[in-house]
Amino acid sequence: MKRFGDVKAVDGIDLVVPRGMIFAILGPNGAGKTTLMRMLATLARPDAGSATVMGHDLLTAPHEVRASIAMTGQFASLDEDLTGRENLVMLARLWGFRGRAAKARADDLLAAFDLSDASGKQVKAYSGGMRRRLDIAASLVVTPGVLFLDEPTTGLDPKARKDVWRMIRGLADSGVTILLTTQYLEEADQLAARIAVIDHGKKIAEGTSRELKAATGSGFLRVSLADPTRFDDAATILERRLGQTVQRSSEGAELSVLGGTAKIANEALADLIAAGIELSDFSMGQPSLDEVFFALTGQPASDDGSKAAVA
Amino acid sequence: MKQTASTQLLRRVERPRAPSALSNALVFGWRAVLKFKHVPEQLFDLVMTPIMFTLLFTFVFGGALAGSPSEYLQFFLPGILVQTVVFNSVYSGMGLSTDLDKGLFDRFRSLPIWSLAPFAGLMVGDMLRHLIAGGIILTIGLILGYRPEAGVVGVVAAFILLLAIGFGVGWIFMVLGLIIRTPMTVMTIGFTAIFPLVFASNIMVDPATMPRWLRAFVDVNPVSLMTTALRGLMGGTATLTEIALALIAPVALTLILAPVTLWLYVRSER
Repeated sequence: MKRFGDVKAVDGIDLVVPRGMIFAILGPNGAGKTTLMRMLATLARPDAGSATVMGHDLLTAPHEVRASIAMTGQFASLDEDLTGRENLVMLARLWGFRGRAAKARADDLLAAFDLSDASGKQVKAYSGGMRRRLDIAASLVVTPGVLFLDEPTTGLDPKARKDVWRMIRGLADSGVTILLTTQYLEEADQLAARIAVIDHGKKIAEGTSRELKAATGSGFLRVSLADPTRFDDAATILERRLGQTVQRSSEGAELSVLGGTAKIANEALADLIAAGIELSDFSMGQPSLDEVFFALTGQPASDDGSKAAVA
Repeated sequence: MKQTASTQLLRRVERPRAPSALSNALVFGWRAVLKFKHVPEQLFDLVMTPIMFTLLFTFVFGGALAGSPSEYLQFFLPGILVQTVVFNSVYSGMGLSTDLDKGLFDRFRSLPIWSLAPFAGLMVGDMLRHLIAGGIILTIGLILGYRPEAGVVGVVAAFILLLAIGFGVGWIFMVLGLIIRTPMTVMTIGFTAIFPLVFASNIMVDPATMPRWLRAFVDVNPVSLMTTALRGLMGGTATLTEIALALIAPVALTLILAPVTLWLYVRSER
């Protein structure tokens, strides 16, 4: 914990995560996010490359790595038959808390995650949000140097998602390094100081949310069509004028495209009107992470991600 | 409320002194005990089959097989104890497969604990299961008129041997549980493998009337060897050779499969 406090993963992906930072790994399903996390958490062995976590080498000192990390996987790794409290007491004992200390630690965590009322219920009776909170609590029995969160809010309703975000921020404030994966662009934007975008196992970009947006280009033109059936016509016109690929929103009636200067964007709008395509709305500005992702990968982020970005 | 909550959340908690491997294993054993509390129906599964077998064989077949139900019970009871322990091991393999399926072992594997501890804990749970099931069967036997000639000492020795058998056989299903993803498949494969071993043995009948080729198998079937030793211990006639023969399979299984279990567990990447 007092060592270098950084994480470095090399497997076609080079990352340096400074201590105490929330770092997001953003990518669509199948991009390799979970595999990367599992390797860093010693659950999977890399075939090549090397990595250090909190100064410990993954390959030569996995036990030391395990002593300084915690991981919350995509699927709650809890014993469904036991109560929430028993799950935490069990983990506390495995970490070395004895008798009363283990119970006290479990009760502290239950209180911290608003689970005290449900502490005596079997986990199988928990809601998705409660499960996820308990799962994160289970990762904090001993404050880890690095906390790996694999898609911490996938499948949660908006309120539960906000609760989890609040907890993640609180943890980062207390000095825990957090490496999280997400396919929600909004989540990366909201939580992370730095974001690595990965796709097909390769890192395609890294930076702050602002840097990623700036690298993509600033002048993004967004156009909403009154008549969605004219989408293809509109796309053709915009592409001809601006020389850029047009991205279609998941709702179908909105187009966005790197517009260059205001003058060119203006001409493009004029083209649309001249072609008889009615616009319900248009705007120009910084790209959303959605658009960043599209610009980087040439394909839209998953549907879930797009929705989250719009919300 | 919110304020106190976040203060607790932010408090840094350092790791206490690392617990011993034994302590790790005991925690998993405790987990197995909690399972009995929360899922008592598993005990029902566990003892219903042997109880049915005991009643069925004693009262339906007993007279025909051994002259009278009570005489048959005297012969059959030690055998049904062996059968119960072997069958119950299948359930622990299913339990392991379920845990792996749900990702629970991902958490255990990312903890700095003795790698074999979860299995040691499963074994503790198994041993308890065997003791409970064996105890219930023995009680029913005593009620029905079974009398162990070797008395309490013989019964205790027999139960120790039973636990050794359960421990050895348990590794087979640990390995199956690690290899096979679906608990139901573990059960199917387990019972498919076990049925011939249990039935082509001396548990239910004296093999004297079996055809020679079958007897050749029955005589070396580890289940027969275990049953012979158990009968001997409870009847007060056991020889050291019988006990040694009964222990060959459990010891060999442990020596071979415990390292295999560890190897599978460490390299499994689900």
